[in-house]
Amino acid sequence: MNLAIALRSPARFRWHWAWLTPLILFIAVMAGTAIGETSISMETILKVLANRLWGAGYAVDRIDAGIIWSYRLSRAILAASCGAGLALAGVVLQALLRNPLADPFLMGISAGASTGAVAVTITGIGAGAVTLSLGAFAGAGLAFGLVVLLAHAANSGTGGDRGTQAAGAIILAGIAGSQLFNALTAFIIAKSASAEQARGIMFWLLGNLSGVRWNDVILGLPAALGGLLICLWYRRALDAFTFGADSAASMGISVRKVRGILITAMALVTAVMVSMVGAIGFVGLVIPHAMRFLVGSRHTRLVPASALAGAVFLIGSDILSRILVPGQVLPIGVVTSLIGAPAFAMILVRGTRVR
Amino acid sequence: MRLAAERIDWTIHGHKLLDDVSLVVEPGETFGLIGPNGSGKTTLLRVLAGLRKPKIGRVLVDGLPMNRMRRRDIAQSISFVEQQAETLDRIEVREAVALGRTPFLSPLRSWSDQDDAIVSQALDDVGMHHLAGRLWHTLSGGERQRVHIARALAQQPRVLLLDEPTNHLDIRHQLSILQLVRQLPVTVVIALHDLNQAMDCDRIGVMDAGRLVDIGTPRQVLTAERLRRTFGVHVDILDDPIDHSRIMRFRNAV
Repeated sequence: MNLAIALRSPARFRWHWAWLTPLILFIAVMAGTAIGETSISMETILKVLANRLWGAGYAVDRIDAGIIWSYRLSRAILAASCGAGLALAGVVLQALLRNPLADPFLMGISAGASTGAVAVTITGIGAGAVTLSLGAFAGAGLAFGLVVLLAHAANSGTGGDRGTQAAGAIILAGIAGSQLFNALTAFIIAKSASAEQARGIMFWLLGNLSGVRWNDVILGLPAALGGLLICLWYRRALDAFTFGADSAASMGISVRKVRGILITAMALVTAVMVSMVGAIGFVGLVIPHAMRFLVGSRHTRLVPASALAGAVFLIGSDILSRILVPGQVLPIGVVTSLIGAPAFAMILVRGTRVR
Repeated sequence: MRLAAERIDWTIHGHKLLDDVSLVVEPGETFGLIGPNGSGKTTLLRVLAGLRKPKIGRVLVDGLPMNRMRRRDIAQSISFVEQQAETLDRIEVREAVALGRTPFLSPLRSWSDQDDAIVSQALDDVGMHHLAGRLWHTLSGGERQRVHIARALAQQPRVLLLDEPTNHLDIRHQLSILQLVRQLPVTVVIALHDLNQAMDCDRIGVMDAGRLVDIGTPRQVLTAERLRRTFGVHVDILDDPIDHSRIMRFRNAV
């Protein structure tokens, strides 16, 4: 934990660590591009990048160039965006709801997305004009809207400590919404899916980056960056929730407004990610906790650290999902949990020993 | 700063928690709120802090209606210490106190040396400087309460609202907190359980079933008759031969 102490000890953020961020991200993206069934040398990658970005005109193998530019690079960048976005959503929900089990899918988003995806692929809603991603996004939006309405209705009928009540209402409404949409998904699959379709849906639900192209990156990257900017903008408000919503309000935070903006923004980021690559679990739940151990719970440090760690973690998981079983790509959600759970256990145990 | 409540009602689930409460807290005074459990002390403090917006009645801050002020502006002059506020975060004492600077910071206005100095002063004021680096979950109940008070002081309030701040403290720290509160150059409204401690306030208000039933100096208010009616106890009021202050000796419940 020496690293953790070095990162935590000063009261203020050490900005001279910040220059490492783009470097680490660049290395991760390069690794994600280089490693796979056919390994490609770093030199080739850099040449292809130079050709593409400023028309350098190096001679490279056309197949290699195709793999790098059309498949792996876009995939690595989207993996990074998803990892960052989901980790940030986790940070925000855990901070606002004061619940360590909060994760990006709490608000029914993954359940809604799966219902939407299933509705499009199996029942043929939209008659081919609606893509799976669009269906998933619509489903996620619908589920989120329903959960918000339910939380609002449940909350207005209760008294006591307002902040705690609201957080409790949101969590319970999320559980109810998720259950409802999961049941709908299961119903549609059981009623009309073939075994082949069911397997395909299952695979998609566990997360799948194989179909990623540049037009996905055009959506995913801005979503992640937008999420990051919003979190940084509201970093002090997030800190102010440390002792609950009432305490935040007494320190000048407009609780309702801040909570509305942040939860909606994070739901949007999550919905964008889920509709493109499926519900990749674990990142949004565990990366924020792991980063709290490493850099502390102040959001000036926690927000950038979680975004970076989420990005790197998902690129790493994607690489492993491609090379772990030769000739087969594992669902990335399986890999994130397989390597994430023991890694987190290690951080937990070592973290408690240091304190 | 002059804080006034005008005819405030607060009802929840059909229960009237505050019933036509009016009071004026004068600048610089230490105003004690006493009353049995569930009499509405905490609710009144929350309304005065702007955390609850009453549908009937209003709160005035230096004559300005509070419901027309922004949250941030309220927090720059009024700070509130809850009876209990906990966290699971691994937060250091100094970081917790630094939260008090929130209403003065913005996304673009960053932490300054002046903020550092204010936080250090607040830690000094409650005698917690030596524990500045300790993690929250390693603190005792009394230490946590002192951190909350330091956090409220870091807001540099002109009105400090305290909800039974001495609850978890040993007698030494109870006295030191009350002494500190009296010395602060701010208006203080403090809910208290210990009636002998309330004797040291400039004025006190007695809450009973949501109503402010009496208001005045401790000597005027804390009479045997009042204590019997509102608190349901028989009391002997004694004269301390050392400094002639009043002492209440509680004999038995009515």
